[in-house]
Amino acid sequence: MLSTLANPARFMRISGVALPWLGSASAVVLALGLVWSLVLAPPDYQQGESVRIMFIHVPAAWMALSVYLFVAIASAVALVWRHPLAEIAAQAAAPIGAAFTLICLATGSLWGRPMWGAWWVWDARLTSVLVLFFLYLGYIALVNAFDDASRGGRAGSLLALVGIVNLPIIKFSVDWWNTLHQPASVLRLGGPTIDASMLVPLFVMAVGFALLFAWLLLLRMRTALNERKARALRLYGVPDREQPIPAARPAWR
Amino acid sequence: MHPFLGLIRHDLRLAGRQGGDIGLVLGFFVLAVILFPFGIGPEPELLRRVAAGIIWVAALLAAVLSLDRLFAADYADGGLDLIALSAMPLELAVLAKGAAHWLTTGLPLVVVSPVLALFVDLDPAALPSLVLGLLLGTPAMSLIGAIAAALSLGARRPGVLLTLLVLPLYLPPLIFGTAAVEASLSAEGARAHLLLLAALTLAALPLAPLAAAAALRQALD
Repeated sequence: MLSTLANPARFMRISGVALPWLGSASAVVLALGLVWSLVLAPPDYQQGESVRIMFIHVPAAWMALSVYLFVAIASAVALVWRHPLAEIAAQAAAPIGAAFTLICLATGSLWGRPMWGAWWVWDARLTSVLVLFFLYLGYIALVNAFDDASRGGRAGSLLALVGIVNLPIIKFSVDWWNTLHQPASVLRLGGPTIDASMLVPLFVMAVGFALLFAWLLLLRMRTALNERKARALRLYGVPDREQPIPAARPAWR
Repeated sequence: MHPFLGLIRHDLRLAGRQGGDIGLVLGFFVLAVILFPFGIGPEPELLRRVAAGIIWVAALLAAVLSLDRLFAADYADGGLDLIALSAMPLELAVLAKGAAHWLTTGLPLVVVSPVLALFVDLDPAALPSLVLGLLLGTPAMSLIGAIAAALSLGARRPGVLLTLLVLPLYLPPLIFGTAAVEASLSAEGARAHLLLLAALTLAALPLAPLAAAAALRQALD
């Protein structure tokens, strides 16, 4: 599977077919999930209507973690096998993951104000997610910090692998420390503690977010590949289409 | 002499002859701590409450300040290529560099910290856990800093980048270091937090040179 897609030309062909399907699927699933979770799902007996923020917050948090894992795995593949697409995939995914992390932090803050009485609390879960956001920013800054793009890519891959120590800290912070943030209630031993009337729209939203990520990822990867192609063509002296083609001058003189 | 010790001695001698770097780091540390009473007011109760945090944050920033010269000078004059070509594994060279960095920045900070504790009115009972915490935590900061310093070699604005890379990774020593001081004043005792700090340093001791050496190889390619 991986080696089949390793060829950028084949990747462009397959992703070109998949792109509109992924885009429309994520639009449909997200529309369904938003109506279901924001209108149809029952209000919580304690939190009232503000529980609806959770339908955005929780999938965004899942995506923030999963996308970082994706960036780290893609970076490892890029470092070990010098896979031509893995580095592009990692670099294309990082800003999307940073955006999911920011959505997670912002919605959590909006929910915390009425529920906890504070926009921000320095508890272990919140702090470690903030660190995740800074790891994303550090990765993006490092990748773009070098004149030689391949050097930035490899340095970024190493940083992504170093930063992976933060993932278990985030996941288990609510178990290791006594936090204000509630412990895991969906993926836990003994089954979820959420009623099906809320769990199902939550999963619909999660699937919608995952599809959105896949669509944005392919879109950004295709853009990056096209940019590289354009740069290579310019290096080889093929002029931009807008510029007039210079008068032919024999190369052998 | 083993090249490992030779590299440490070389770095120490350079730091000793140039002199300015150790002074700069220490001066920054002292000034940063002294600025806080001006900023938050001189009430002893307030200062005592935040004393450990002030000292730890100032130590952390002082350590960041000195990171960019960990490999940069050797990278610029080509010495790093010679080190990489030598028979000694690059991981060991990174460890030597990190050790020299700790001896010239971390250790002086630890030595000065009891004096600074007086300025911010730290509870004398908490002093041992502060000094011991810094002693256990600063080697981890030098080692983790070596990864970031190696990654940002040759970048366009290494200073800002280095700070962004290293600060998230410095949070665990900061958290456990200040928690140790806090806990030493309660019935809980600082032991657990100090053990965690030691664990951080022991984990960074083999892992950080691996990552930093990999980053150096990328930089020297």
